[in-house]
Amino acid sequence: MSQKILFFIATLFFFHASFSQVTIRGKVIDNKGKPLPGASVTLKDTYDGALVDSMGNYVFTTKEQGSHQLIYSLMGYHSVEQAVMIGKENITINISLKEELNELKAVIISAGSFAAGDNKRGTVLNSIDIATTAGSNADITAALKTLPGAQQVGEKDGLYVRGGEGYETKQFIDGTMVNDPYFSSVPDIASRGRFSPFLFKGTVFSTGGYSALYGQALSSAVILESIDLPEKSAANAAISPLFVGAGFQDLAKNKKSSWGANYGYVNVNLYFNLVKQTPDYFKIPEFHNADANFRIKTKSGGIIKYYTTFDYSEIGIRRPDIDSNYLKNAFSITNHNWYNNLSWRENLGNGWEMNLGTSYSTNRDDIGQQVQDANNQPRTFDTSTYWMNAKNFHLKNRQDLSQIKLVLKKKLGGISTLRFGGEYWYNYNSTQFNDTTHLLNGNYQALFAESDIYLTNDIVAQVGARFEHASIINKLNIAPRVSLAYRTGPDAQISLAYGMFYQTPETQQLFYSTQLGFIKATHYILNYQKMTNLRTFRAEIFYKKYQDLIKTYPTYDNSGYGYAKGVEVFYRDKKTFKGIDYWISYSYLDTKRDYLNFPLEMEPNFAAHHTASFVLKKFYTSLKTGFNLTYTFATGRPYYNFQLNNGKYEIADQGITKDYNSLGFSVNYLPNLGKQNARTFLVLFASVNNVLGADQVYGYNYSYNGSLKQAITPPAKRMYFIGLFLSWGVDRSQDAINNNL
Amino acid sequence: MKKYLFSIALFAGVAVQAQSDKFMPAMKENLTLMDSSKTTEDFQKVSAAFERIGDAEKTQWLPYYYAGLALTTPAWYDTQIDKDANAQKILAFCDKADALATANEDKAEILAVRNMALTQQMLVDPQSRYMTYGQEAAADLQKGMQLDPNNPRLVYLQAMSIYGTPAQFGGGPDKAKPELEKALEMFKSFQAKPLHPDWGMKQTENVLSQIK
Repeated sequence: MSQKILFFIATLFFFHASFSQVTIRGKVIDNKGKPLPGASVTLKDTYDGALVDSMGNYVFTTKEQGSHQLIYSLMGYHSVEQAVMIGKENITINISLKEELNELKAVIISAGSFAAGDNKRGTVLNSIDIATTAGSNADITAALKTLPGAQQVGEKDGLYVRGGEGYETKQFIDGTMVNDPYFSSVPDIASRGRFSPFLFKGTVFSTGGYSALYGQALSSAVILESIDLPEKSAANAAISPLFVGAGFQDLAKNKKSSWGANYGYVNVNLYFNLVKQTPDYFKIPEFHNADANFRIKTKSGGIIKYYTTFDYSEIGIRRPDIDSNYLKNAFSITNHNWYNNLSWRENLGNGWEMNLGTSYSTNRDDIGQQVQDANNQPRTFDTSTYWMNAKNFHLKNRQDLSQIKLVLKKKLGGISTLRFGGEYWYNYNSTQFNDTTHLLNGNYQALFAESDIYLTNDIVAQVGARFEHASIINKLNIAPRVSLAYRTGPDAQISLAYGMFYQTPETQQLFYSTQLGFIKATHYILNYQKMTNLRTFRAEIFYKKYQDLIKTYPTYDNSGYGYAKGVEVFYRDKKTFKGIDYWISYSYLDTKRDYLNFPLEMEPNFAAHHTASFVLKKFYTSLKTGFNLTYTFATGRPYYNFQLNNGKYEIADQGITKDYNSLGFSVNYLPNLGKQNARTFLVLFASVNNVLGADQVYGYNYSYNGSLKQAITPPAKRMYFIGLFLSWGVDRSQDAINNNL
Repeated sequence: MKKYLFSIALFAGVAVQAQSDKFMPAMKENLTLMDSSKTTEDFQKVSAAFERIGDAEKTQWLPYYYAGLALTTPAWYDTQIDKDANAQKILAFCDKADALATANEDKAEILAVRNMALTQQMLVDPQSRYMTYGQEAAADLQKGMQLDPNNPRLVYLQAMSIYGTPAQFGGGPDKAKPELEKALEMFKSFQAKPLHPDWGMKQTENVLSQIK
């Protein structure tokens, strides 16, 4: 027996000694035949293996014998296990690896949309970028105007995108549409948005071709996603000659919930005394704003968020009457606005996710207009001067909107997803013009479905459709949306988008007639994008066809039409000049439409052919100060005076305004920046709009008979702002220690 | 028959012994290789070798630790490396190592590597990434120091974070100096177990000599 053992051990040694090492080599490529340097080759359960070199080759030696497994792996690729029989001979094995579908690496559709989020891929602007864009004074809309696609319209609220009216752009917060995103304004002066950029962690500015999840926006969608839980509890205050404000945010100790409230009061009396305004403000603008919120994390990783804001404002403005040398026009507005948004995002398991959004808003405007004489006393007119008579009126408007929207998301195999759901709106509108009251209520329902289909990491198709019904006009529509993205290089991609978009006519038009249909636009977009961490280049061409626009003359119907086409370029660079972040936007727009009382298809007064913006930001750490500059240029916009002649509108006068120039400048100083354990965080912010004092003319108002015209200009040449923002973070680490003792 | 069984047992014993026998020399060989590595490719190769050892051993945290550590070195100076992808790889190694390490001291060492990977990601775009990657990197250091207050590498990394922060933000060489001196004292009295992390003293001395 012992001899056998000896023999056995001897064989064992012989076995080891008689075979020298074997070389295993080969090539590792992807399915396109490109070498995959950095891939690793491992002889399973041994230390032997190699790394693939830049030519795609690998080579290693092993003393192992017999049947083994070779593992080929590379991050982002499916690993391959290959059986191998190691004998005396050297071995050559070539392998190709297939790329894994990966959400982080997969191409995303960029046609038409500028994603601006704090953590999102494809981010173009984040909330800090918005706040520090000179000229914007932390107004989301103003900052978005430095991106291509938006017009420099300063006399009316809203974003005028790609030949679209202001009302063709809609804002959505956590999925639901916002009825009154802007503070109430007086004629010819645009006002700010109601929502601070710091409420949102993600902003998508879509200038066309957007998802089937959104409807009732013909030209553009601003999709805002509110922040989840704050990082810590904090109190804040703001002091400025224009306003005061204070608030707090309380994060629960277990970091599962938070709540907060803020109050702000704006009074520009002091400012208007210092900086002369062209109009005579008989009621100095005054705003009260209060908001509150709570956010609760659910057990399965979802979140419930509630946000409410209440605004009250008063403005009274007096300007010379255009039809008279000595009369004046006094306009006053009192506004109440209450906005509520409750949303619930939940992970339902098995790849299902739910987003439920509800919102309720009510907006009340009390508007009065009066013709006054030199002593500011009211003047009345009889019907023989009906155009003057019509200037004396009292208008009370109320718009309520209740919405509920459910979106279900299901992960399909790999990274493809399916989203579908529905929404329901209830509109209540009442208007009291002098003594006549009109009421208009309506339902709007929509069903939608959309799928992102990934064929590889490099190609995605998004296919969706929306089915809508509006009770007020009793009409149905189906809006298909399709987009494609294809990666052409490491950071470059081409996207295409096509879609049909419908919108219910404006409430004022519906008061006049409900025998109308949806207005409609069809978008075609081709986009090229090259994006690295510090540089973004985008170029886009688009064609948009308008159909069924509302005509108000000669008959009230949907016979309007039009088109818009153009080219847009965007370049942002944080790399070339150290510490300097800048972007350049350029838009070329060619658009015409026949709508309202237009006598023919022509360029609308909100469209300039060329618009360009240059935004520059530089932070000097030695000074703890950031300097920001924005220069915007736009060619003149057309203006018209229509006169009714023999039952037809004719162009009695027309022209092009002078080119628009604006240079904005802002400074933010952060004295406590970087101080370890600083309890108070302080920002001093100052800005000037239109530093150079360029004459900005947005258009012209005409007298009743058309013999006089008056330029529409901003209320003051320059706008100045200075403010001090303080925040006190409440450090909870002490609490945490005490609780654990 | 008994003897037959004995021979099998013997053989099995030989086999098991062989695996452990392989571990020490292979680790030592690769640690030497890592010390003499110059190019990014050298470091990637040695990282892959450590990964193979880790995969084969299945219970050792050190191979994964070194697989991650090897990848941090070239990322400090090679501008061609995709820092995000590299850091992702390092963090994956850290996760594997952390799952196998049991001692607090060992987990603290892994947090040092995590800190470096996150710092490298933060440096891609410090202005916009400081709040995310920077904070996470700092949190790892704090956690590491709690787990093992005697780890000199964590103190060294803390000092380097101060060193790299602009003076206006409360950083700079002068502020870093006392921390570096503290780290150096700790290195002097630090006794590494066989194969366990033992780097950082030379680096600390180098930085200190530059300040002086």
